[in-house]
Amino acid sequence: MTPGDGRERRDRAGALLALPTWATLGVFFLLPLAILFVVSFARRDTYGGLKPIGDLGAYLASGKFLEHYARSLHPIYLKIFWRSLWMAIVTTLVCLVVSFPAAYYIAVVAPARRRSLLLGLVVVPFWTSFLIRTYAWMFILRTEGLVNHALIAAGLVHRPLELLYNDFSVLIGLIYGELPFMILPLYASLEKLDRSLLEASADLGAPRAATFLRVTVPMTMPGIVAGVVLVFVPSLGQFIVSDLLGGAKSILAGNLIQNQFAVARNKPFGAAVAFELTAAVLLLLWAYARYTRRRGEDVLL
Amino acid sequence: MRGRRALSLYAALVYLFLYAPIAILVVFSFNRSRQTAVWEGWTTEWYRSLAQNDLLLAALKNSLIVGGVATLIATVLGTLVALALGRHTFRGEGFTRQLLYLPVIIPEIVLGAALVTFFGALAFRLSLLTVVIAHVVFCVSYVAIVVRARLAGFDRSLEEAALDLGARPVQTFVRVTLPLLAPGIVAGALLSFTISIDDYVITSFVAGVGSTTLPLQIYSMLKVGVTPEVNAVSTLILAVTVVLIAVAQRLQRPPAERGEAP
Repeated sequence: MTPGDGRERRDRAGALLALPTWATLGVFFLLPLAILFVVSFARRDTYGGLKPIGDLGAYLASGKFLEHYARSLHPIYLKIFWRSLWMAIVTTLVCLVVSFPAAYYIAVVAPARRRSLLLGLVVVPFWTSFLIRTYAWMFILRTEGLVNHALIAAGLVHRPLELLYNDFSVLIGLIYGELPFMILPLYASLEKLDRSLLEASADLGAPRAATFLRVTVPMTMPGIVAGVVLVFVPSLGQFIVSDLLGGAKSILAGNLIQNQFAVARNKPFGAAVAFELTAAVLLLLWAYARYTRRRGEDVLL
Repeated sequence: MRGRRALSLYAALVYLFLYAPIAILVVFSFNRSRQTAVWEGWTTEWYRSLAQNDLLLAALKNSLIVGGVATLIATVLGTLVALALGRHTFRGEGFTRQLLYLPVIIPEIVLGAALVTFFGALAFRLSLLTVVIAHVVFCVSYVAIVVRARLAGFDRSLEEAALDLGARPVQTFVRVTLPLLAPGIVAGALLSFTISIDDYVITSFVAGVGSTTLPLQIYSMLKVGVTPEVNAVSTLILAVTVVLIAVAQRLQRPPAERGEAP
């Protein structure tokens, strides 16, 4: 292919077609983010609004504008960030381990005629309301829920167990919610896997574990990395799962941000935490972009 | 082979994990017991009581309005920008691509916080309009990605042939490009509508009094307590989503594949 093949040379039509999107996302996406960023350096007044700043120079010199970022380093909040981080890591790892054999089955082992059905069955939960899928677990795990009912009926326990509102229930919800987001990119990568390489490896006497670790895994690394990003990023900013299945005890970074806007009315602090979260996500994506550029392959998006 | 059987059994378990909770929800929406964990026989009572729940119906109406309007706008914007990226070279192409990925990538909670701060700064009253604006922001990207994929999937030579045969560019677009692109546009619109009517996090920030959408209403019902009505409304939403996604999936497949027997 020649560069710019089949395309017109730089033209005005392209910019014209993109213009409405630039305008919309510029005004209602980039500008709001910029305002949120500025607010993260502001002071709040007693009623949850922003306190006007008289002397900007003096305000900057006093270092007070970093107050909210400093506050977010308090051990109470560090604990919340740490919780968010390890929960996102555990969710990602469990999803990866659970998904890989399933994706392998769909892409390689399952009969070809059934493949699109099997794939479709993963796509449906991918697009289905996160809220409803989380609620399903609330329904199953709650004190009067199905699991407790079954356990009592079977005589295994006498009093219902507290299955909801702990780290375990939050993790179940996260894993359940994010699983399709891991299976799909893994499938996309495994589908492209050249199976003659696996056969070659086996023919040359490699044990199956060695073939798996030294051929299959490296060749599907783009899918693994994409899946890790797709699961880790939303887990880090989770709000619904921890709110519904975690109760008040297991607050995550997402709940902390929401709380500052909805309840505590401390917008500057909420904005500061939101930007810390955004920075973490962007850093991760920047690393991902570097990785895909090196591999020359992008299964994400 | 034993490995194969073990693997298919394992895959079956994963599918069971994915579907059992949803299936339980659906089955129990027909349960006569109000206590909901004990099976006491079939009923459609909860579906009938949904029809009398004014708050829920009002929320449904809001959701349909928001989903419809936001999808319409997002589909037009997303299709145009996909055409720009797929058929033209222009200044700011790389920027446009990144601009489209960002709303998908940024945590929802951050987007919600940014929008509510923005509307607050402009003294913009929170209403259905602010919800529509927020939904357009995150739906455009999905439409653009789907349409762009469709555009990459079909042969440009058809358009070139039309031009060579003397068709004007506008004619070529309307008679050749658009019909070829249509399945992608419809699929993008269906996905956009699905995401819009399912969104809770961002909407919870930008919805005002009287602009409660269906997920918001369900959420507040959940906070009060689990009732069979929640199961019933969830089942209905699931059913609609499955239909929309199945159609979108079918439309997204390459034309050659679509004709094949299942």
